[in-house]
Amino acid sequence: MESLLTNDLWFALPLVIAVSLVYAATRHESMRAILRHATRIGTWIVGFMVVVFLVLELGIWYQ
Amino acid sequence: MAVSKEPSHTGEDQTVELRDPMMAALLAWLVPGLGHYYQGRTAKAILFFVCIMGTFLYGLYLGGSNELGWGRAVYASWHPGGRRLPYLCQIGIGLPAMPALVQAVRASKGEKPWSRFMAPPRPDFTEEVSDSVRGALADQPSLDELNRRLHRFFEFATVYTMVAGLLNVLAIYDAWGGPVSPEKDEDDEEEDGERDEEKAAAKS
Repeated sequence: MESLLTNDLWFALPLVIAVSLVYAATRHESMRAILRHATRIGTWIVGFMVVVFLVLELGIWYQ
Repeated sequence: MAVSKEPSHTGEDQTVELRDPMMAALLAWLVPGLGHYYQGRTAKAILFFVCIMGTFLYGLYLGGSNELGWGRAVYASWHPGGRRLPYLCQIGIGLPAMPALVQAVRASKGEKPWSRFMAPPRPDFTEEVSDSVRGALADQPSLDELNRRLHRFFEFATVYTMVAGLLNVLAIYDAWGGPVSPEKDEDDEEEDGERDEEKAAAKS
């Protein structure tokens, strides 16, 4: 549990939030649409990271 | 020159007035969000400023210490053996990354940087620099020392500040050309359908 809390991956979280918001803001003008789009992009990025994590974990497990 | 842009598919029934796009783009480069503020798009100006400057400032914090000086991951250097390519991304944020350029120019003239803030590191023996530059940067920590003292945070700081600069390029484009129309997705089509139904009901 402690390793999860101190994991360097947490440094990705502010970047994911900032990238999602700025990217979404270049696609919409209304704040509501920006937030909705940012949520979708953020979820997609985190999901992608989780998939990569699982692939790497499986690789380690089968090693 | 005022350019109006048609609303995108998102159903946002509003026209975006892009007041003097070239000036807005220049202002957006100088300070994140300033171009949008100039165009009266205050909410987006605040969003861009907070997100981009927040990312950059956090990068400056990660890449420094009281002892080493702050913002050590943001520095300009173009001499053979010591080119700092990440600065090409970091300069995308405009004025906030300019002190690094000033420090590098001072060093190239053989003058000592005015402080450790965004100053280039001391060149090592592999870098081809003149004796005057070597003398000007003699008090600075070397790149090896920065990596040793800051550990992985030097790389984190580099990534944060590079991402901030690149995000500002998106913001500059938005100030110049307005929002890019995304492709329709299911949510938007659903909303469009609801809106059409409401319009039809209002007409009848």
